Formats: sequence, C-alpha cells, structure tokens
Amino acid sequence: MFNTIIEMLSYPFMVRAFIVGILVSLCSALLGVSLVLKRYSMIGDGLSHVGFGALAAAAALNAAPLTVAIPVVILAAVLLLRVSGNSKIKGDAAIALISTSALAIGIMVISMTTGMNTDVYNYMFGSILAMSSQDVEMSVLLSLVVLVLYVFFYNKIFAITFDETFALATGVRANLYNTLIAVLTAVTIVLGMRMMGTLLISSLIIFPALTSMRVCRTFCSVTINSAVISVVCFCLGIVVSYFFATPAGASVVVVNLLMLGVYTAAGEIRNRTFSRHE
Amino acid sequence: MALVWCDNITIAYEGQIVVRDLTFQIGQGNYLCIVGENGSGKSTLVKSLLGLKAPMKGRIVLGDGLKQKEIGYLPQQTDVQKDFPASVQEVVLSGRLNSRGLRPFYCAADRAQAEAMMRLLGIESLKKSCFRDLSGGQKQRVLLARALCATKKMLLLDEPVTGLDPIVTSDFYQLIKEVNEKSGIAVVMVSHDIESTLRDASHILHLQETALFYGTAEEYKKSKAGRMFLEGISHPAERGGSFVQYNH
Repeated sequence: MFNTIIEMLSYPFMVRAFIVGILVSLCSALLGVSLVLKRYSMIGDGLSHVGFGALAAAAALNAAPLTVAIPVVILAAVLLLRVSGNSKIKGDAAIALISTSALAIGIMVISMTTGMNTDVYNYMFGSILAMSSQDVEMSVLLSLVVLVLYVFFYNKIFAITFDETFALATGVRANLYNTLIAVLTAVTIVLGMRMMGTLLISSLIIFPALTSMRVCRTFCSVTINSAVISVVCFCLGIVVSYFFATPAGASVVVVNLLMLGVYTAAGEIRNRTFSRHE
Repeated sequence: MALVWCDNITIAYEGQIVVRDLTFQIGQGNYLCIVGENGSGKSTLVKSLLGLKAPMKGRIVLGDGLKQKEIGYLPQQTDVQKDFPASVQEVVLSGRLNSRGLRPFYCAADRAQAEAMMRLLGIESLKKSCFRDLSGGQKQRVLLARALCATKKMLLLDEPVTGLDPIVTSDFYQLIKEVNEKSGIAVVMVSHDIESTLRDASHILHLQETALFYGTAEEYKKSKAGRMFLEGISHPAERGGSFVQYNH
C-alpha cells in the first residue's frame, strides 16, 4: 500500500494534479459556503460552461488556455451577478441562459476547427494529465491570492452572506464583496475545471459546504470543516482513480457523495441524542 | 439639532413616487413610531433613512454626531436566515463591523461590547447556540443585540414583532422601551400594531404617501387621523372613496 503511494507520487503529472487539486478544493470549499447559503449554488455550474466555451476558443486560436479563460469567466461572473440583481431575468434562468449559450458556442468552435475529439471529452469530464508545470505555477499563485483575500475579508463575507441589508446599512459595500466572491469563484473554477471537467467542477463548490452543514452549527466551523472535507475527499478521490483507473473528476465527486452520506447520518444521530437530552 | 431631519423629501421607487413632501425629525431619545397601511411608503422611507435610497427631492440631514452607518437597524428576517449555520455570538459580533473600517478582524473591545449587549438582552446563555435553532422571540433579541452593537444613538426597527406570539410580542416591546429609557437611544419603529405602540411611543408619524399626521403620541390620540385609525375605520382617502359608496 505504502509502496503504491510512493509509486503514484513518482509520476510528475500526479504530483502536479495533487498540488493544483488540493489548492482548488480548498478555495472552492471556502467560497462554496457563501455561495450555497446565498442560494447561488448553480453559479459554479454556469461559470464552468462559460469556461468550456473559452477553452475551446483558446484552443482554436492556439492561445494559452488559462490566460484566455480566466478573464472571460471573470467577465461572465460579474455579468451573472448584475443580471440576477436586476429583476427582469431571475438568477437561475440567467445562469441557465448564459451557461448553455457558452456551451453551444464552445461546441460550434470545436466542431469547426479540430472536430469533436478526445479534447472535448477531456474538457467535459476532466483529465488528470491536463496540468502543465506552467499551469501549476499559475494555479499556486492564484489560489494563494484567493485564500489570502478570503481570510482577510472573512468577517465581511459572513456579514453579507447572513444579512445583506444590514451589512449595507452599516456601511459594508456589499456589491463590492459580492463581486469579489464572484471573481474569486471564477478564478477557482477555471483553475479546477480541466482536471475535474466542465460537468463536475461545480460539485467541488456545493458538496463540502452542504456536507459540513449537516453537522456544524457555526459559520466558522462550517467554513473550516468544508475546507478539510474538500481536501480529504479530493485526495481520496485521486487515490481511488489511480487504483481503479477511473476518471479523476468523477472519482472525487463519488467520494464527496459518500462523505455527504456519512455526515448526514452523523447529523441525524446527533439531533436524536440532543432531543433526548432535552 | 435633531438626530435625523427629513426636509420635505420625495422618494420614488421604480419610477413611481411613493413618499411625497414629507417633513419630520427624530430627536435624541425620541421613540417615533411610523404607522400606515401596506404600500404607504414605509419600507421605502426606511431605505432612505438608512442611506440606501437617495430621495428624489429634499434632503435627509443627520445631526448630533449620528453617522449614516451607525444606525442600529433591525431588518425583517429573510429566507436565507432560516437554515443559516451561525452562532449567536457570530451574528451579534457582526454588528461591530461598522467600527472596524478596513481592519479585517475583531478586537477584544468588540467582543466585550457584544458580550455586554447579549447580557443586556438576556441571551448570554445562548451565546454558543445556533441561530437557526432559536425561537422567533430569541432570534429577534439576537438581531436587536446586533443592532445595538452597531449604534450608540438610534435604532431603526422594521416591523419587529411580525410572526411573534402575543406574550413574546409584549416582552419585546417592553425590552425596546427599556433600551429607549435607560440608555437614551432613540427608537424608530415601523409597525402595523398601532395600539401597542401608542402606549410606548413618544411620537407618531402616520404615513400615507405623505404625512397624514406627525406629532406626539398624545396629540395623535386626539387627532382625526389617529381616531379613525384607532377605531378601525379607514380614512376615506385610503379606500379611494369606496367607503362612502358602500354606505349608500
């Protein structure tokens, strides 16, 4: 067992996948708590589809994938927030609208240039081989930025998540922090989507937050727990994918799903013992 | 100088004028109750008092050292809060954010202030409890403690007893009254519940697009608008005259 893990880490692509994956899981878990509580869970899904379109366009133009996708997805994130703040098109409809459009444009671009091949498959379901060492550098840098900003603005993020009107009334610039959350989410999604896949990356945002909310009862503990759960599930998922030769993204999601089950059961047991004491 | 002076303000919401030519003021230690039917412009007025919606005409002047972000606001509860995992302490502490500015973390003085407010409102023992597990009355006390953390001069309460049972409601009114009398914090309360509020309030603003009545609570009981509202007869103007037609 130990030897196999050593062997697994002797592949440079596995090490790269671990580094990027752990950082992305950490960032997405932190942001996910706020997004899930603010009823913005689907924003991750929407943005990953926009990312798909951007990656396809980047491939067609022979440009570096991250440098094209990050600005485009950030733009989409800001746009999504604006549109859902504006009551003419409701938030969920706006997300569906933008994500399917971007997906369609991406598919058009691919079919007109390289044709539907393994690249498309990799974009959709993720590939552990996707990370170059240049990507790793960029991911480490951006993830650190996300983490530092999150910790620095943690109290304000709590305030706008719990009660935006009160936050506004007491001089917290809620729009600024909403935009910040959206931009950080966009960056995190682009970093993670090529490994996790367009269709699965949003699970990294939603699962850890939901899982820790089954048991934890303060915002701080939910946040810390989500981060830990997310990283643990990611590592287990990659190990599973290595042993059973399953796709990395899907393996991570399945581990997350099992963890949600465990926490739900734990939460139930805890509630029952609580009500018995009362 | 008053804490808040609304000078002939007109406020529009989505292009419609909802408050017109309104003038009133809130003095130190006042207990002003804003009453009026649904759609009479109360919520919009609250937004303007909080500085979230600029009046179309006229101006709102804050005085006596009251800063815009130091109004202790108790909003109506939102859907998000129903299943929100947060401890009472976290919620109350967030009322201190306005004094933090750009500094990111709370200091010992903030924690002490939050403790003091929880003690004042008798929710100290709930400090570690989860907000979503509390009863309606306890939740309102927590949000009141948060509002008190944010202000030293003025509380603004937006229909604070909605959904509370009668006993909890009268406890809550008692609490507000004590805060008003003991610490001299001015209270502005938007309410449907005119009879209870008349007992405690020092001033009444009866809003129906513009001020149907503005003055002390004593005067209100004698005024035409006050008597009609209290006796449960709507003001004919509010029913668009249909009241008169039904009598024919």
